[in-house]
Amino acid sequence: MNMPMTQEPLLSLKNVEASYGKKIKALKGVSLEIRRGEIVALIGCNGAGKTTMLKTISGLLPCEQGVITFNDKKISGLPAHQIAQMGISHVPEGRRIFARLTVAENLQMGRFTRRDAGGIERDLRQIFELFPILKERQEQLGGTLSGGEQQMLAIARALMMSPQLLLLDEPSMGLAPVITDKIFEVIGEINRQGRTIFLVEQNASRALEISRRAYVIDQGVITAQNDAKRLLNDPKVQETYLGVA
Amino acid sequence: MSPIVQPATRNGAPGASGAANSASGRNPQLLMFLEQLFNALVLGSIYSLIALGYTLVYGILMMINFAHSEVLMAGAFVGLGVSILITPHLSGWLAMALILLASMAGAGFLGFIIERLAYRPLRRAARLAPLISAIGVSIMITNAVFLWVSKTTLPFPKLMNDRVMRLGFFEASSLQILIFCTAIILLTCLEWLVRRTMIGKAIRACADDLGAASLMGINTDRMIAITFVIGGMLAGAAGVLNGMYYGSIKYNLGFLPGVKAFAAAVLGGIGNITGAVLGGFILGFLEVMAAGYLPNGNQWKDVFAFMVLIGVLLLRPSGILGERIAEKV
Ligand SMILES: Nc1ncnc2c1ncn2[C@@H]1O[C@H](COP(=O)(O)OP(=O)(O)OP(=O)(O)O)[C@@H](O)[C@H]1O
Ligand SMILES: [Mg+2]
Repeated sequence: MNMPMTQEPLLSLKNVEASYGKKIKALKGVSLEIRRGEIVALIGCNGAGKTTMLKTISGLLPCEQGVITFNDKKISGLPAHQIAQMGISHVPEGRRIFARLTVAENLQMGRFTRRDAGGIERDLRQIFELFPILKERQEQLGGTLSGGEQQMLAIARALMMSPQLLLLDEPSMGLAPVITDKIFEVIGEINRQGRTIFLVEQNASRALEISRRAYVIDQGVITAQNDAKRLLNDPKVQETYLGVA
Repeated sequence: MSPIVQPATRNGAPGASGAANSASGRNPQLLMFLEQLFNALVLGSIYSLIALGYTLVYGILMMINFAHSEVLMAGAFVGLGVSILITPHLSGWLAMALILLASMAGAGFLGFIIERLAYRPLRRAARLAPLISAIGVSIMITNAVFLWVSKTTLPFPKLMNDRVMRLGFFEASSLQILIFCTAIILLTCLEWLVRRTMIGKAIRACADDLGAASLMGINTDRMIAITFVIGGMLAGAAGVLNGMYYGSIKYNLGFLPGVKAFAAAVLGGIGNITGAVLGGFILGFLEVMAAGYLPNGNQWKDVFAFMVLIGVLLLRPSGILGERIAEKV
């Protein structure tokens, strides 16, 4: 995908600040842009502010300073459900599937606000192709799925919203290598279907391999941004985030 | 004391004492037990309707809606008002249905208003704040009815001839049967709403994880409001059924059934819908059986019911069905 750099960004953050309570400032004026069709990675140490950034974008956390725009519309300040309805779907840290709802009901929640029966049908069929296990387990309670299955359900549920932008917070956390492979494969596939992806990952090398560009965040500040391939080969990034001595 | 704690023998509602007489050749003990059992089902169904309101709200907001008993009371008064208005023109089934619907609508609306004015502004406040707000609302509503409606017990008009009906080999009053059937229909409607409809599923999703539900595009504030309306409607129905059952209502009638239904919700496992219904029926059963079989039972039945409640909670602190699915990380 070679899109011209002048293209209007799908999502843009300008000097965004967010905090927990009065004392902990977790984002200290971050700016970034995500263009249509990209996979952009966000890497950083534990506690750097990655989850906070996604929560601020999706409206789970108020954006205290700065502006967030999506499709040229200001979304900072809107409640989370309105942001979701505009086409941003956030797969949160820890999955947060509905434990006491069945798999089928979890998926129905994803399409809660949609009215296009045909599109819903098509998306559901496609999701069952991506994750056949979910089709078999439709009547099982979400809380009784294995961790990997829950992650698949969380992504599937988000896809049922047919989002333009998918925010993924550590989709590979706690998963066996085969399942991680599967999840990354699916992320690539979703992107090829035209959805833009903003990916937060501890597994920085995997994230950088699949992404086009990446940002590095440290203590609430963006400290680097570049093509993913360049960051992958950057000695400083290698040392800190890729575990290469 | 509010009329609901009186035994089911007042104002023509036949109960324990009338039961043994109807034994015609069969085992009188068994007959009395069966009739007591039916009394328990009737009382239990009313408790269940009320308990659902507590459990639905707790499920979604982790908050005890202490104003719920006043919603129940207000529902009974709306029912009385409408029955005074319409009984000169209408009677029988139609009148009864209208009264029930009006009190459900009135109580549902009151539930909505309470949430909007007393709880929503405190959504992000400390846990204790909405609790205190709830108690304040409860006192306000009770006193508003006390001051502006009536300080004394008002008779609830008889809407139908209360006949004794034979059910198989035991007898029950038609009013009791009507109350029981109405409650069961409402419970079934709620079950269907919560299990099968998108709104119901969204309410359960909100109860699981409000934040995650909002990420699905679900307007969680609206779901919370709907939950209060549903709980209010059930309480309103319970209030009017209760008024019909005992034949009178008073400004403080919400308190005791409110406390008992709350206990029933806790007993079943607060937040659990099936648990609330189960708890309601268990409490009704304990109360009726204590009244019928313990010496001086009528005075001791509440004590007995609450003793059992405490016993169960000591063994199962989260209530009978209050198990949580372990969340995997
Ligand atoms: N709910 C909260 N209350 C208070 N502080 C919080 C809260 N959530 C996060 N923080 C703090 O904000 C900072 C950023 O946290 P955040 O969760 O965004 O980190 P992260 O980059 O996602 O880390 P990880 O890789 O471990 O998930 C941390 O210092 C954290 O302690
Ligand atoms: Mg995180």
